[in-house]
Amino acid sequence: MKHIIKIITLLVAISAFWIGLLQASVIPSSHTWLLPIYFIVSLGCYGLLMVGVGLMRFPTCPQEALLLQQDIVEAKDFLKQKGVDVGGSD
Amino acid sequence: MEGQQKNKEKNKYSIIVPTYNERLNIALLVYLIFKHLRDVDFEIIVVDDGSPDGTQEIIKQLQQVYGEDRILLRARPRKLGLGTAYVHGLKHASGNFVVIMDADLSHHPKYLPSFIKKQLDTGASIVTGTRYVKGGGVHGWNLMRKLTSRGANVLAHTLLWPGVSDLTGSFRLYKKSVLEDVISSCVSKGYVFQMEMIVRASRKGYHIEEVPITFVDRVYGSSKLGGSEIVEYLKGLAYLLLQWSAIRNISSDK
Repeated sequence: MKHIIKIITLLVAISAFWIGLLQASVIPSSHTWLLPIYFIVSLGCYGLLMVGVGLMRFPTCPQEALLLQQDIVEAKDFLKQKGVDVGGSD
Repeated sequence: MEGQQKNKEKNKYSIIVPTYNERLNIALLVYLIFKHLRDVDFEIIVVDDGSPDGTQEIIKQLQQVYGEDRILLRARPRKLGLGTAYVHGLKHASGNFVVIMDADLSHHPKYLPSFIKKQLDTGASIVTGTRYVKGGGVHGWNLMRKLTSRGANVLAHTLLWPGVSDLTGSFRLYKKSVLEDVISSCVSKGYVFQMEMIVRASRKGYHIEEVPITFVDRVYGSSKLGGSEIVEYLKGLAYLLLQWSAIRNISSDK
Protein backbone atom coordinates (compact mmCIF):
# COMPACT_ATOMS: atom_id res chain seq x y z
CA MET A 1 0.00 0.00 0.00
CA LYS A 2 1.26 3.45 -0.76
CA HIS A 3 2.16 5.28 2.40
CA ILE A 4 0.20 8.36 1.40
CA ILE A 5 -2.94 6.18 1.30
CA LYS A 6 -2.44 5.26 4.96
CA ILE A 7 -2.32 8.93 5.84
CA ILE A 8 -5.35 9.75 3.70
CA THR A 9 -7.25 6.88 5.33
CA LEU A 10 -6.44 8.33 8.72
CA LEU A 11 -7.67 11.76 7.62
CA VAL A 12 -10.87 10.29 6.17
CA ALA A 13 -11.52 8.44 9.44
CA ILE A 14 -11.11 11.67 11.37
CA SER A 15 -13.43 13.52 8.97
CA ALA A 16 -16.01 10.76 9.26
CA PHE A 17 -15.89 11.08 13.03
CA TRP A 18 -16.36 14.83 12.70
CA ILE A 19 -19.33 14.50 10.35
CA GLY A 20 -20.78 11.97 12.76
CA LEU A 21 -20.49 14.56 15.52
CA LEU A 22 -22.17 17.16 13.34
CA GLN A 23 -25.07 14.83 12.60
CA ALA A 24 -25.52 13.56 16.13
CA SER A 25 -25.20 17.07 17.58
CA VAL A 26 -24.03 15.78 20.97
CA ILE A 27 -22.27 19.07 21.44
CA PRO A 28 -23.59 22.37 20.00
CA SER A 29 -22.92 22.45 16.26
CA SER A 30 -21.32 25.89 16.44
CA HIS A 31 -18.52 24.23 18.44
CA THR A 32 -18.32 21.24 16.14
CA TRP A 33 -17.82 23.48 13.12
CA LEU A 34 -14.67 24.89 14.72
CA LEU A 35 -13.12 21.48 15.47
CA PRO A 36 -11.12 21.19 12.20
CA ILE A 37 -9.49 24.54 12.95
CA TYR A 38 -8.58 23.34 16.42
CA PHE A 39 -7.19 20.19 14.83
CA ILE A 40 -4.95 22.08 12.42
CA VAL A 41 -3.83 24.53 15.11
CA SER A 42 -2.93 21.72 17.50
CA LEU A 43 -1.05 19.89 14.73
CA GLY A 44 0.96 23.06 14.16
CA CYS A 45 1.57 23.43 17.89
CA TYR A 46 2.73 19.83 18.08
CA GLY A 47 5.20 20.46 15.27
CA LEU A 48 6.58 23.63 16.83
CA LEU A 49 6.77 22.01 20.24
CA MET A 50 8.66 19.00 18.90
CA VAL A 51 11.13 21.23 17.05
CA GLY A 52 11.54 23.38 20.18
CA VAL A 53 12.09 20.42 22.49
CA GLY A 54 14.45 18.88 19.95
CA LEU A 55 16.47 22.09 19.78
CA MET A 56 16.64 22.47 23.56
CA ARG A 57 17.76 18.90 24.07
CA PHE A 58 19.96 18.79 20.98
CA PRO A 59 22.83 16.50 22.02
CA THR A 60 26.22 18.10 21.46
CA CYS A 61 29.68 16.66 21.99
CA PRO A 62 32.43 19.29 22.15
CA GLN A 63 34.73 16.82 23.93
CA GLU A 64 34.58 14.54 20.88
CA ALA A 65 36.20 17.21 18.71
CA LEU A 66 39.14 17.36 21.15
CA LEU A 67 39.46 13.57 21.26
CA LEU A 68 39.44 13.51 17.47
CA GLN A 69 42.30 16.02 17.35
CA GLN A 70 44.33 13.75 19.64
CA ASP A 71 43.55 10.78 17.42
CA ILE A 72 44.65 12.74 14.36
CA VAL A 73 48.00 13.61 15.93
CA GLU A 74 48.52 9.99 16.96
CA ALA A 75 47.59 8.70 13.50
CA LYS A 76 49.87 11.18 11.75
CA ASP A 77 52.83 10.17 13.91
CA PHE A 78 52.29 6.49 13.20
CA LEU A 79 51.77 6.93 9.47
CA LYS A 80 54.81 9.20 9.11
CA GLN A 81 56.94 6.48 10.71
CA LYS A 82 55.58 3.95 8.23
CA GLY A 83 56.47 6.22 5.32
CA VAL A 84 52.95 7.28 4.36
CA ASP A 85 52.89 10.85 3.09
CA VAL A 86 50.50 12.62 5.46
CA GLY A 87 52.08 16.06 5.51
CA GLY A 88 51.56 18.92 3.16
CA SER A 89 47.93 18.81 2.21
CA ASP A 90 45.08 20.72 3.85
CA MET B 1 29.02 -16.05 24.80
CA GLU B 2 31.03 -18.82 23.20
CA GLY B 3 28.67 -18.88 20.24
CA GLN B 4 29.18 -15.18 19.83
CA GLN B 5 32.93 -15.68 19.80
CA LYS B 6 32.53 -18.25 17.06
CA ASN B 7 30.36 -15.93 14.99
CA LYS B 8 32.88 -13.19 15.34
CA GLU B 9 35.52 -15.37 13.77
CA LYS B 10 33.33 -16.49 10.91
CA ASN B 11 31.94 -13.09 9.98
CA LYS B 12 33.72 -10.78 7.63
CA TYR B 13 33.02 -7.08 7.41
CA SER B 14 33.56 -5.06 4.26
CA ILE B 15 33.89 -1.36 5.01
CA ILE B 16 32.99 0.72 1.95
CA VAL B 17 34.33 4.28 1.98
CA PRO B 18 33.62 6.57 -0.97
CA THR B 19 36.25 9.29 -1.38
CA TYR B 20 36.85 12.42 -3.39
CA ASN B 21 39.90 14.51 -2.49
CA GLU B 22 40.40 12.96 0.94
CA ARG B 23 44.12 12.13 0.85
CA LEU B 24 44.77 13.11 4.44
CA ASN B 25 41.46 11.98 5.93
CA ILE B 26 41.53 8.53 4.34
CA ALA B 27 44.97 7.80 5.81
CA LEU B 28 43.83 8.85 9.28
CA LEU B 29 40.62 6.87 8.89
CA VAL B 30 42.42 3.69 7.87
CA TYR B 31 44.76 3.99 10.86
CA LEU B 32 41.82 4.45 13.23
CA ILE B 33 39.88 1.52 11.75
CA PHE B 34 42.85 -0.79 12.24
CA LYS B 35 43.31 0.57 15.75
CA HIS B 36 39.74 -0.09 16.84
CA LEU B 37 38.97 -3.34 15.00
CA ARG B 38 41.60 -5.70 16.31
CA ASP B 39 40.10 -9.19 16.51
CA VAL B 40 37.69 -8.86 13.62
CA ASP B 41 38.06 -10.02 10.03
CA PHE B 42 37.51 -7.04 7.77
CA GLU B 43 38.51 -5.31 4.57
CA ILE B 44 38.36 -1.65 3.58
CA ILE B 45 37.07 -0.90 0.10
CA VAL B 46 37.90 2.62 -1.02
CA VAL B 47 35.81 3.81 -3.94
CA ASP B 48 37.69 6.85 -5.23
CA ASP B 49 36.06 9.00 -7.88
CA GLY B 50 39.24 10.06 -9.65
CA SER B 51 40.45 12.52 -7.00
CA PRO B 52 42.98 14.95 -8.46
CA ASP B 53 44.71 15.43 -5.08
CA GLY B 54 46.52 12.08 -5.06
CA THR B 55 44.15 10.16 -2.80
CA GLN B 56 44.90 7.01 -4.78
CA GLU B 57 48.66 7.40 -4.23
CA ILE B 58 48.04 7.50 -0.50
CA ILE B 59 45.87 4.38 -0.72
CA LYS B 60 48.73 2.55 -2.44
CA GLN B 61 51.11 3.62 0.33
CA LEU B 62 48.61 2.41 2.92
CA GLN B 63 48.39 -0.92 1.09
CA GLN B 64 52.15 -1.29 1.59
CA VAL B 65 51.68 -0.82 5.34
CA TYR B 66 48.54 -2.85 5.95
CA GLY B 67 48.42 -5.28 3.03
CA GLU B 68 46.65 -5.26 -0.31
CA ASP B 69 44.12 -7.81 0.85
CA ARG B 70 42.96 -5.54 3.69
CA ILE B 71 42.69 -2.28 1.75
CA LEU B 72 41.14 -2.52 -1.69
CA LEU B 73 41.22 0.38 -4.09
CA ARG B 74 38.31 0.27 -6.47
CA ALA B 75 38.54 3.57 -8.30
CA ARG B 76 36.19 5.08 -10.81
CA PRO B 77 37.26 7.54 -13.51
CA ARG B 78 35.26 10.56 -12.30
CA LYS B 79 32.61 11.79 -9.89
CA LEU B 80 29.64 9.51 -10.40
CA GLY B 81 27.58 10.00 -7.26
CA LEU B 82 27.26 8.49 -3.82
CA GLY B 83 24.60 5.85 -4.44
CA THR B 84 26.46 4.26 -7.33
CA ALA B 85 29.69 4.38 -5.30
CA TYR B 86 28.11 1.97 -2.81
CA VAL B 87 26.85 -0.28 -5.62
CA HIS B 88 30.35 -0.26 -7.09
CA GLY B 89 32.01 -1.07 -3.76
CA LEU B 90 29.43 -3.74 -3.04
CA LYS B 91 30.38 -5.64 -6.21
CA HIS B 92 33.87 -6.13 -4.79
CA ALA B 93 32.86 -6.87 -1.20
CA SER B 94 33.79 -10.35 0.02
CA GLY B 95 32.35 -10.02 3.54
CA ASN B 96 28.91 -11.15 4.67
CA PHE B 97 28.42 -7.77 6.33
CA VAL B 98 28.95 -4.34 4.83
CA VAL B 99 29.65 -1.12 6.71
CA ILE B 100 29.27 2.20 4.97
CA MET B 101 30.81 5.33 6.39
CA ASP B 102 32.12 8.74 5.34
CA ALA B 103 35.81 9.37 4.79
CA ASP B 104 35.89 12.85 6.31
CA LEU B 105 36.27 11.65 9.94
CA SER B 106 32.82 12.87 10.94
CA HIS B 107 32.20 9.16 11.55
CA HIS B 108 34.69 7.82 14.07
CA PRO B 109 35.81 4.18 13.68
CA LYS B 110 35.75 3.73 17.46
CA TYR B 111 32.01 3.04 17.13
CA LEU B 112 32.52 0.08 14.79
CA PRO B 113 32.77 -2.47 17.64
CA SER B 114 29.42 -1.30 19.04
CA PHE B 115 27.79 -1.74 15.61
CA ILE B 116 29.18 -5.27 15.39
CA LYS B 117 28.22 -6.13 18.94
CA LYS B 118 24.68 -4.81 18.47
CA GLN B 119 24.29 -6.90 15.34
CA LEU B 120 25.57 -10.05 17.06
CA ASP B 121 23.34 -9.49 20.09
CA THR B 122 20.13 -8.81 18.18
CA GLY B 123 20.64 -10.53 14.84
CA ALA B 124 19.51 -7.32 13.13
CA SER B 125 19.68 -6.91 9.36
CA ILE B 126 20.72 -3.28 9.67
CA VAL B 127 22.41 -1.38 12.49
CA THR B 128 22.25 2.35 11.98
CA GLY B 129 24.18 5.01 13.87
CA THR B 130 22.01 7.68 15.42
CA ARG B 131 23.10 11.13 16.59
CA TYR B 132 19.86 11.98 18.32
CA VAL B 133 19.78 9.74 21.39
CA LYS B 134 21.56 9.67 24.72
CA GLY B 135 25.23 8.96 24.18
CA GLY B 136 25.14 10.41 20.68
CA GLY B 137 25.60 13.96 19.55
CA VAL B 138 26.75 16.46 16.99
CA HIS B 139 29.60 18.93 17.12
CA GLY B 140 30.17 21.93 14.89
CA TRP B 141 26.65 22.90 13.85
CA ASN B 142 25.30 26.42 14.26
CA LEU B 143 21.79 27.20 15.43
CA MET B 144 20.40 27.44 11.89
CA ARG B 145 21.79 24.01 11.02
CA LYS B 146 20.32 22.50 14.18
CA LEU B 147 16.95 24.14 13.53
CA THR B 148 16.78 22.82 9.96
CA SER B 149 17.81 19.38 11.09
CA ARG B 150 15.16 19.25 13.84
CA GLY B 151 12.47 20.62 11.53
CA ALA B 152 13.31 18.09 8.84
CA ASN B 153 13.26 15.30 11.39
CA VAL B 154 9.85 16.21 12.84
CA LEU B 155 8.40 16.52 9.35
CA ALA B 156 9.77 13.15 8.27
CA HIS B 157 8.59 11.40 11.42
CA THR B 158 5.09 12.87 11.19
CA LEU B 159 4.71 11.90 7.55
CA LEU B 160 6.72 8.70 7.11
CA TRP B 161 6.65 6.88 10.48
CA PRO B 162 10.05 5.35 9.76
CA GLY B 163 10.74 3.75 13.13
CA VAL B 164 14.34 5.03 13.36
CA SER B 165 15.46 8.26 14.97
CA ASP B 166 18.19 9.35 12.54
CA LEU B 167 17.10 9.18 8.92
CA THR B 168 19.87 11.04 7.14
CA GLY B 169 22.84 9.58 8.99
CA SER B 170 25.09 7.46 6.82
CA PHE B 171 27.09 5.39 9.30
CA ARG B 172 25.46 1.99 8.99
CA LEU B 173 26.11 -1.74 9.05
CA TYR B 174 24.11 -3.97 6.71
CA LYS B 175 23.88 -7.66 6.06
CA LYS B 176 25.29 -7.84 2.57
CA SER B 177 22.21 -9.43 1.04
CA VAL B 178 19.98 -6.80 2.64
CA LEU B 179 22.06 -3.93 1.30
CA GLU B 180 21.97 -5.47 -2.17
CA ASP B 181 18.20 -5.80 -1.97
CA VAL B 182 17.54 -2.29 -0.67
CA ILE B 183 20.07 -0.43 -2.78
CA SER B 184 18.69 -1.83 -6.02
CA SER B 185 15.39 -0.02 -5.50
CA CYS B 186 16.82 3.35 -4.47
CA VAL B 187 16.93 6.23 -6.92
CA SER B 188 17.65 9.34 -4.81
CA LYS B 189 20.90 11.25 -4.67
CA GLY B 190 22.93 12.91 -1.94
CA TYR B 191 21.74 12.59 1.62
CA VAL B 192 18.14 11.97 0.56
CA PHE B 193 19.59 8.65 -0.60
CA GLN B 194 20.37 7.73 3.02
CA MET B 195 16.81 8.51 4.02
CA GLU B 196 15.39 6.49 1.13
CA MET B 197 17.57 3.49 2.06
CA ILE B 198 16.41 3.32 5.65
CA VAL B 199 12.74 4.07 4.90
CA ARG B 200 12.63 1.38 2.21
CA ALA B 201 14.38 -1.12 4.48
CA SER B 202 11.91 -0.36 7.25
CA ARG B 203 8.92 -0.79 4.92
CA LYS B 204 10.31 -4.05 3.60
CA GLY B 205 10.15 -5.27 7.16
CA TYR B 206 13.86 -5.66 7.85
CA HIS B 207 14.97 -5.70 11.48
CA ILE B 208 16.71 -2.39 12.19
CA GLU B 209 18.63 -1.55 15.37
CA GLU B 210 20.28 1.68 16.45
CA VAL B 211 23.50 2.56 18.25
CA PRO B 212 24.45 6.06 19.43
CA ILE B 213 27.26 7.77 17.53
CA THR B 214 28.77 11.22 17.71
CA PHE B 215 29.22 13.33 14.64
CA VAL B 216 32.01 15.87 14.43
CA ASP B 217 31.44 18.03 11.40
CA ARG B 218 34.39 17.95 9.06
CA VAL B 219 37.40 19.82 10.35
CA TYR B 220 38.48 21.08 6.94
CA GLY B 221 36.02 22.76 4.61
CA SER B 222 32.42 23.47 5.48
CA SER B 223 29.47 21.21 4.87
CA LYS B 224 26.88 23.14 3.00
CA LEU B 225 23.18 23.31 3.65
CA GLY B 226 21.50 25.81 1.36
CA GLY B 227 18.04 26.38 -0.06
CA SER B 228 18.56 23.80 -2.77
CA GLU B 229 19.31 21.06 -0.20
CA ILE B 230 16.05 21.87 1.57
CA VAL B 231 14.13 21.68 -1.71
CA GLU B 232 15.81 18.33 -2.49
CA TYR B 233 14.83 17.08 0.95
CA LEU B 234 11.18 18.06 0.53
CA LYS B 235 11.11 16.44 -2.89
CA GLY B 236 12.58 13.27 -1.40
CA LEU B 237 9.96 13.29 1.33
CA ALA B 238 7.12 13.64 -1.19
CA TYR B 239 8.65 10.90 -3.33
CA LEU B 240 8.79 8.50 -0.38
CA LEU B 241 5.20 9.28 0.54
CA LEU B 242 4.11 8.08 -2.88
CA GLN B 243 6.06 4.82 -2.83
CA TRP B 244 4.55 1.39 -2.42
CA SER B 245 5.36 -0.20 0.89
CA ALA B 246 6.04 -3.64 2.34
CA ILE B 247 3.55 -6.16 1.02
CA ARG B 248 3.64 -5.05 -2.57
CA ASN B 249 7.43 -4.97 -2.61
CA ILE B 250 7.86 -8.49 -1.34
CA SER B 251 5.21 -10.08 -3.55
CA SER B 252 6.64 -8.46 -6.68
CA ASP B 253 10.13 -9.55 -5.78
CA LYS B 254 11.49 -10.59 -9.18
